[in-house]
Amino acid sequence: MAGQKIIFVDTTLRDGSHAVKHSFTREQAAVIAGGLDRCGIQMIELSHGDGLGGSSYTYGFSKVDEFALLKAAGEQLHNARLTVLLLPGIGTIEDLKRAHACGAGAVRVATHVTEGDVSAQHIAAAKEMGMMAVGFLMMVHMAPPERVAEEARKMESYGADYINLADSAGYLLPEDVKARIEAVRGTVKIPVGFHAHNNLGLAMANSLCAVQSGATYIDGTLRGLGAGAGNAQIEVLAGVLQRSGYDTGLDFYGLMDHAQNVVEPLMLRPQVVDNGSLMLGYAGVYSSFLLHVYDAARQYDLEPRDILVELGRRKMVGGQEDMIIDVAYQLKADHTLRACRVID
Amino acid sequence: MDKIKVAIIGPGNIGSDLMYKVFRSKHLEMGMMVGIVESEGIRRAASLGVPVSIEGVKALVREKEIRIAFDATSASAHLKVNAPALKEAGIVSIDLTPAAVGPYCVPGVNLERLREESDINMVTCGGQATIPVIYAISRVAGAAYAEIVACISSKSAGPGTRANMDEFTETTSKAIEVVGGADKGKAIIVLNPAEPAVMMTNTIMVRVKNPEVGIEKIIESINEIVTGLKQYVPGYHLRVPPTLEGDRVTTIVQVEGQGDFLPTYSGNLDIINAAAVTAAELIAAGMMGKRGVL
Repeated sequence: MAGQKIIFVDTTLRDGSHAVKHSFTREQAAVIAGGLDRCGIQMIELSHGDGLGGSSYTYGFSKVDEFALLKAAGEQLHNARLTVLLLPGIGTIEDLKRAHACGAGAVRVATHVTEGDVSAQHIAAAKEMGMMAVGFLMMVHMAPPERVAEEARKMESYGADYINLADSAGYLLPEDVKARIEAVRGTVKIPVGFHAHNNLGLAMANSLCAVQSGATYIDGTLRGLGAGAGNAQIEVLAGVLQRSGYDTGLDFYGLMDHAQNVVEPLMLRPQVVDNGSLMLGYAGVYSSFLLHVYDAARQYDLEPRDILVELGRRKMVGGQEDMIIDVAYQLKADHTLRACRVID
Repeated sequence: MDKIKVAIIGPGNIGSDLMYKVFRSKHLEMGMMVGIVESEGIRRAASLGVPVSIEGVKALVREKEIRIAFDATSASAHLKVNAPALKEAGIVSIDLTPAAVGPYCVPGVNLERLREESDINMVTCGGQATIPVIYAISRVAGAAYAEIVACISSKSAGPGTRANMDEFTETTSKAIEVVGGADKGKAIIVLNPAEPAVMMTNTIMVRVKNPEVGIEKIIESINEIVTGLKQYVPGYHLRVPPTLEGDRVTTIVQVEGQGDFLPTYSGNLDIINAAAVTAAELIAAGMMGKRGVL
C-alpha cells in the first residue's frame, strides 16, 4: 500500500457544473483546467454535469457550449488528459467525435449500475478513435457487490481501460465501499476507481477506504464543488492520501491555493451538507436532482424532503430529473385533491 | 376476400406481440412468420397455426397473397436485405427498425399522407409516444424546440435497443423535427431497472413560438390528438396535464401496454406495434377498397 501511485481525476468542470447550474465560461474553464494541470492532476473531466449532450430543459441548459469549454480548457493543458463524461441515452458517438476533435483524450462512459451493456458501442467507438475509455457505473449502492462486479466485467470485455464506481447518491458507508471495490478488483484485471458524494459527510472517509481497498484512480473536485453536498474535496484528498503514505505526485499547496483563489469565488452556495443533501444520501437519490428538487418545491409549494423521499421510494435512477416534476405534481394532487384536466 | 395477408419478419418479442395484434385485426390476417433460425418465436407461431419459415425474406416473397410485411429485425437487415427484396416483390414494408429507408410514420399525424408509400418507418417507441403531442402543440403555437425524456423499464429494452442507444436518440430527435414540426428536436432515453417494472413514461417539453395562444388552446389541440391515439393505444394517458410557464409547455404521458404478448409495463413496445398495425390496417383498407371488396 505505502508508496502506491494514485491517479487523481478532477471533475470540478463536470460534476461541479451542477453546483454552478452549468454556467462555466471559457475563461473559467481555462483558468481552472490550467491550474489543475500545473498542480499535477492527471485527468481533468469537463462536460455538462449530465455528460456530453446534457444541455437541456431537463438537466439545465449550458451557458456556454461544452465543446467551446473543452477547447478553452484543452489549450491550457501540458500533461493532463482532457476527459469527458458520456451517458448513453443522452450523449452520442457524434458528440464524442466532436469532443475528441476539441482535444478530449479520454471518455468515461457512464451507465446505471445494472445497465453496463449499453456502454459497449460508446467504449468501442472511443477505442477506435484512440481514446482512453473508462467504464463508469453510477448509483452503485443500488446493486449488491457481485452484481457490480458482473457489470464491471462486461465493461472490461468491451475494452474499458479502468472501471470507476460512483456513489452517485452519497449513500454508501465505508464498509459498503470496501465490499464493492474488492468485488470488482477480484473480477477484472483492469484498475478500479471511485467517485464519492458527501451527502452523508463520508466523501473523504469513503475515498480513503476505496484506496485502501485497492482503488488506484480517485475522483475529486476543488472545494468539493459538485452535485448534492459535493464530491470528495480534491485538495483535502491530496493531503489525506499523502499523510497515508500514497504517492500522489501533486503540488499540495498549489491545489489549496487554486481552490481558494479560483473556485471559491465562483460558488453560488456553500458546499455544505444542507438538509436536502442529507436527504439525498439518506434516501439514496441521485445527487444532481437536488437543485431541481428545490426549484420544484418552490413551484409547487412543497417540502423538498418529501419530494426526495418519494423519488427514493420510486427508485429513480440518474438522468430521471424529469420525474421530479411528476412527483411534485402527484404529491400536490394528493395534498389538494384538486380537479385536474386529465382527459381520461 | 375481406382481409389482407401480412407477414412478420423477426419472430422475437416485438414480432410475437405484433402477431397477436394481427390476430385481433379486422383487416389483417397472418400469412407467415419468418425467421432465419429455429426459435421459440417460430415454434409459437407454428403452434398457433401460422405458416412459418426460417429462410428469411426469400420465403415470404414467394407467397403471392402476402401484400404487407412488418420488419422487426435490425436496421442493417432491413436496409441491406429485406427492404430491397420486398420492394422488388411489390410488398409494402412497415419498418420497425431504425433503418428509415422510407418516410417516418406517426399515425394521427401523417399516416393519411403515406398510404401510397411502399416502405414506411415507425420511428421509435419514444417517438410514437411523444411526437403526436409535439405536433398538437406545434400546430397551434409553433415549436422552436422540443425535448423528450423517455423512461422505459430495463426489462422491456431488448438487446437491439441496448446495443444501439444512439439510434434511439438520433432517430427520435430527427422525427420530432420532421413529423412533430419542431425547429429543433432532442431526445433522451433512460432505462430504469426498478421492480416492479416501471410503466413507460415520457416527459415532453416544448418551447413554443406563440405563447400568447394560451394553454387552453394548446390543451384542446393535445386532447384532440390524444383521443385519436387512444383508439389504438387505450393505455395512453396524460399523467401530468400540460402547463405553460413563460414559453415552455410541459406535460408527462404514460403508456400502459395492452398485454397482448408482452407485459403491460412494456408500453414502449405496445405503442410502436399498435402504431404499425394501425398503419397496416389503413393501407390494407386502401388495397381492398381499390378492388371494391371492402
